[in-house]
Amino acid sequence: MLLVPAMIMFCCGVYGFITRRNMIAILISLELMLNAVDINFAVFNRYLWPQAMEGMFFTLFAIAIAAAETALAIAIIINLYRSANNIDVHDLNKLKH
Amino acid sequence: MESVGSIILYIVVALAMVVFSVLAVTTRKILRAATYLLFTLFAAACVYFMLDYEFLGAVQIAVYAGGIVVLFVFSILLTSRPGHNSERLSSKSRVLGSVAALAMLLISGYALLSRCALYAAKPALETPTMQQVGQSMMSTGHGGYLLPFEAVSVLLLACIIGGVVIARKR
Repeated sequence: MLLVPAMIMFCCGVYGFITRRNMIAILISLELMLNAVDINFAVFNRYLWPQAMEGMFFTLFAIAIAAAETALAIAIIINLYRSANNIDVHDLNKLKH
Repeated sequence: MESVGSIILYIVVALAMVVFSVLAVTTRKILRAATYLLFTLFAAACVYFMLDYEFLGAVQIAVYAGGIVVLFVFSILLTSRPGHNSERLSSKSRVLGSVAALAMLLISGYALLSRCALYAAKPALETPTMQQVGQSMMSTGHGGYLLPFEAVSVLLLACIIGGVVIARKR
């Protein structure tokens, strides 16, 4: 039962990841997707193998890694804003050419 | 999902999660998107509490709501002018995003509804105590997680150094 809202949350994350143009908004969509996956791990662990703790630990480590990844991404975004004065992904295409 | 109270709790949490995650990706003010993300993360923490994983819910609130959302708010305030709306989406990217999200929703929804028992009762379990969690995180034997624990600590160290190196003034 709890998988249904997690599924909708993941699809919202996909929609935001494709349509957003601000880098921080893209990062927010990414967090939504990561959280939906974490909920799936915990729910499957609890309902299918209630005496094991694998899913719970996987979620725990996923939360830690997501925190590290977000901190680094925000450092990169702030550095980019300092040098280009802009964090719109459609304007930052110098590396393409 | 037996008692009336747990059903009401489930409906409230599921509605909050769906509504706030939709709002977080559709609102045009970026600071509001961060606030809706905070509410979605609280709903996810409620899900962990409903599953009897109290430690996981506490970690979710402490790390996500206490750390990551604050980081988001700081970086939003540093990089955008207040009261600034993002411009309207072009219809092309909107259609592309909707098609991708709906296709994903259809496929995974079909797989979920046709394979899983939606109203399965939760199997009985005494909540994993803090002692159990700590012992299996620190043990090296079967079911121990010392190696990933150390790997995460090295990763966090690398993340600190990388953050300082990237964000410092030249």
